[in-house]
Amino acid sequence: MNVDRRALFAGQMGPRSVPVSSDVDRSKRREYRERLRELEAEEPLSGLDLRGLLKEHGIGRRAFLQWVSATTAMLTLPPLFEPMVAKAAAVMNRVPVIWIEGQSCRGNSEAFLRSAAPTVDELIFETISLEYHQMIMAAAGLQADARKQQAIKANYGKYILVVEGAIPTGYGGGFSTTGAAGTPFIDEVKQVSRGAAVVIAVGACATSGALPAADPNPTEALSTQEVIGDRPIVNIPACPFNPVNFVGTLLQFTLTGQIPPLDSQLRPRWAFGALIHDNCERRAHFDAGEYVQEWGDAGAKNNFCLYKMGCKGPMTSNNCGTVLYNERTSWPIGAGHGCIGCSEVNFWDRYAQERPLAATNVNAPGLFGWGVENSADKFGLGLLTLVGAGIAAHAVASGVAHYRGRARHPTMAPTEPPPGPPPPPDSSPQESERQGGEVS
Amino acid sequence: MTKHIVVDPISRIEGQLRIEAIVDDSNTITEAYSAGTMFRGIEIILRGRDPRDAGLLAMRICGVCTGVHYWTSARAVENAFGVRLTKNARLVRNLIEGSLFVHDHPVHFYQLHALDFVDIVSALSANPKKAVDVAYRYTNAPYNASEATYRTVQAKLQSLVKTGSLGIFGNGYWGNPSYLLTPEENLVAVSHYLDTLAIQRTAAKLMAILGGKNPHPQSIVVGGVTCVEDIQNPARLAQFGQYLREVTQFVQGAYLPDVLMAGKAYAKEGLAGVGKGLGNYLCYGGFPLNDTPGGAELFSGGMVLNGDLSKVYPFDQSAVREDVTHSWYQGNAALHPYQGETVPDYTGLDRRNGIAYLKVDGKYSWLKSPTHEDHRVEVGPLARLIVNYAAGNPTVRQAVDGVLKMGGFPPSVLFSTIGRTAARCIETVIIASAMAGWLDQLQRNTAAGDLSTWTSFDFDTVSKDAEGYGLAEVPRGSLAHWVRIKEGRIDNYQVIAPTTWNAAPRDGHGRPGAYEAALVGVKLAKPDEPLEILRTIHSFDPCLACSVHLVDARGRELGDYEVIPAGGLRQV
Repeated sequence: MNVDRRALFAGQMGPRSVPVSSDVDRSKRREYRERLRELEAEEPLSGLDLRGLLKEHGIGRRAFLQWVSATTAMLTLPPLFEPMVAKAAAVMNRVPVIWIEGQSCRGNSEAFLRSAAPTVDELIFETISLEYHQMIMAAAGLQADARKQQAIKANYGKYILVVEGAIPTGYGGGFSTTGAAGTPFIDEVKQVSRGAAVVIAVGACATSGALPAADPNPTEALSTQEVIGDRPIVNIPACPFNPVNFVGTLLQFTLTGQIPPLDSQLRPRWAFGALIHDNCERRAHFDAGEYVQEWGDAGAKNNFCLYKMGCKGPMTSNNCGTVLYNERTSWPIGAGHGCIGCSEVNFWDRYAQERPLAATNVNAPGLFGWGVENSADKFGLGLLTLVGAGIAAHAVASGVAHYRGRARHPTMAPTEPPPGPPPPPDSSPQESERQGGEVS
Repeated sequence: MTKHIVVDPISRIEGQLRIEAIVDDSNTITEAYSAGTMFRGIEIILRGRDPRDAGLLAMRICGVCTGVHYWTSARAVENAFGVRLTKNARLVRNLIEGSLFVHDHPVHFYQLHALDFVDIVSALSANPKKAVDVAYRYTNAPYNASEATYRTVQAKLQSLVKTGSLGIFGNGYWGNPSYLLTPEENLVAVSHYLDTLAIQRTAAKLMAILGGKNPHPQSIVVGGVTCVEDIQNPARLAQFGQYLREVTQFVQGAYLPDVLMAGKAYAKEGLAGVGKGLGNYLCYGGFPLNDTPGGAELFSGGMVLNGDLSKVYPFDQSAVREDVTHSWYQGNAALHPYQGETVPDYTGLDRRNGIAYLKVDGKYSWLKSPTHEDHRVEVGPLARLIVNYAAGNPTVRQAVDGVLKMGGFPPSVLFSTIGRTAARCIETVIIASAMAGWLDQLQRNTAAGDLSTWTSFDFDTVSKDAEGYGLAEVPRGSLAHWVRIKEGRIDNYQVIAPTTWNAAPRDGHGRPGAYEAALVGVKLAKPDEPLEILRTIHSFDPCLACSVHLVDARGRELGDYEVIPAGGLRQV
């Protein structure tokens, strides 16, 4: 199957909205409060409560409130919303999560275990009601299959489906299968997404196909949004994702019952709204024209700009430079290596080289194929030219996306709730798979 | 009457694995077959790319043993280019590699493996006060052991049980008779299960300090490392030391005592050799201790056959072959990875009553069957320790003898499922202690003013026509990358991952792979609960994403193959 990615993403812009601004009206707050009240009335699924965990981990109220205000700001909500963010964190155990994996390296599951600062994020992982996750669940084989079916049935229409890994379509989907019946991952994604309130694609592979779909895409791998057409999708890209961005999205869903404002690639704007370059700790060196010219040189010892060593920060939208990884321990540019653009579509073919684009023989065209970075590079890193052009390209692309998104997905505007899931089918979608794995 | 058991998915592993087993009247396994169920074709994707970028891409083979393909790829390209690392680069890479071990092994034991030994529900009936005594049985300084802690853990479990939804513990095999630990022992282990979730974040920070992030670090380049800022900052390295001490404390106070506790409970099985498997062990050698290529290593390479510790055969990468008789590739010649010339030959599966079965008489797996000097071998922590024990490596001898003495076990207990699990823990202790030494050397070297992290090379010259290999010892065993470079581009790329050695199907002589051999003789208490299968398979720490990505770069395009309708047949 040959997929024209450019056409695909031009047409798949999905839900979009304007970010919540400071003049958020009272009705929105009322709406959120109503949603939280409803959730609060529900039985917690995991039985673990955040307040107890905070206490147990010796995190005081003050530290928690600091986290709340940082998170509220990160989600681009006005301070007015802080009490609601705090409450949303506390009632997140009412939102069931089913996590399935296809062509992945499980790096996102690992990142999910890792979490990052502030510390409260990791506690939240203990309060999420994780109903199915192959890598850490106790059950295997039939018992695992049964577990998934139970979770779907009990939480139909309410659960969050997390998809990790790309979805291969070659060999009838046979490159990634699971269960006694050997169900192709593509079928699993379709079946489980039917009852999901929202689908969160995590990591580069699930959001854009990434590695498996890199040239020549031997298994004909697709991204989640190329497979699921009828459910709201949020993409949390990067290789692997930053758990902060996942928690933020869960929080926002808990808070609003809706998916957050997204950009043209279905990425939450609060996390992917700025270029790495804009917030880079080495930006001053870029502006001053001070570059690392060779690994380990004097420039490297002075933390100069890594653009000439292939840093793709100027082309990549992500918040790594501000939230960092592993509890604010570091990030790639901090470790002296350039950004490889891992939150961007098709980055293995476009960006993941240790040389600037002009010096790289890249077969694949850019997503929008304009070669902006190429020409800018030829002009010798005219800094304003480069950044200006980059921003312009981004702005135009977003504008186009915005327009198309509106036109094609009028029902997915954020002011309206996401379309309700279809009613549960009479019989379980995977009835045939539950016949048992043992044959005499 | 024999039964045919299919377990798919095998959970709590990296990747997608299926196990099929034939059991006899006494529910003892007589035959077993193992197959991976996910494939990406990464070697095909690597072809034509710049060899300097290969590591970043190859690393994405696996996010659990994250980074192993990154540095092994860099090593293969450096071998092809004839590039030698600087002292700092070698030490930094050793430290990054080591930090993966001290992260991955405890996480494997608690998050992925412990539930094969530990009955979560039984822990509820434990007496927390007695549990404290249990915690002190194998160490004077147990990790986080107090009556209050254990009560909190019980309360946490109780609240899970009360809601009727056990979360990730749902549908486990609780109450199965092959759970042998007492309620108190279970409680101690469950408590450490939860502690690991916290301590593994600290362990991950070790890698992040020098690697930028974890999973998927980003500070290794062909010719060296990039983290100059971190190694020239004494506070940064001191922080590394602090995290390392915290992790070591956990390993000594929780991981090691709990492994001894499990070893005691399962000693009978261990001594009977349940899960022993092939008895042949291979180690390539890893963690260079000096700057000369081919110099001393923390673990030296070699091969031990039939569990005979009196003879160590040398390891030779040119004696590695891959057999495809039972793999979905054409032909049956066993070839060296440089010459690998296999063409995919998918023969499908049998489907009866909604269940798909492997066609085990013919081809049934995407994994090839590697051999060394025409021997089928096991790789991994146990193999590393056995080879080095037999070779008289003093560090390994001391650590192994010490732990055996603590538990009062003879060395023969190691040749088993529980032995494999214990070896992983002993190795963690060895590596944590070696890391402290490397950190010290790095601190001294940078303090003395040496900040060189990279060896320069003339890419255009060295990349015209080159071939090389990179060998490494990684958490799950021995890993090798083979690369051929022409005109600055990758011409051919081959990986044999640890799990390829272990999870491989039968070879041309009908000899089973390591998993398949280890399962034979394993007895199931309840044939509908595959707990014992999980225990033995998990003792290898499977990593399927690593192993199931192999297709020869010169093989036919997969797109030329017949497309089977979705859901009609499965491709393992």
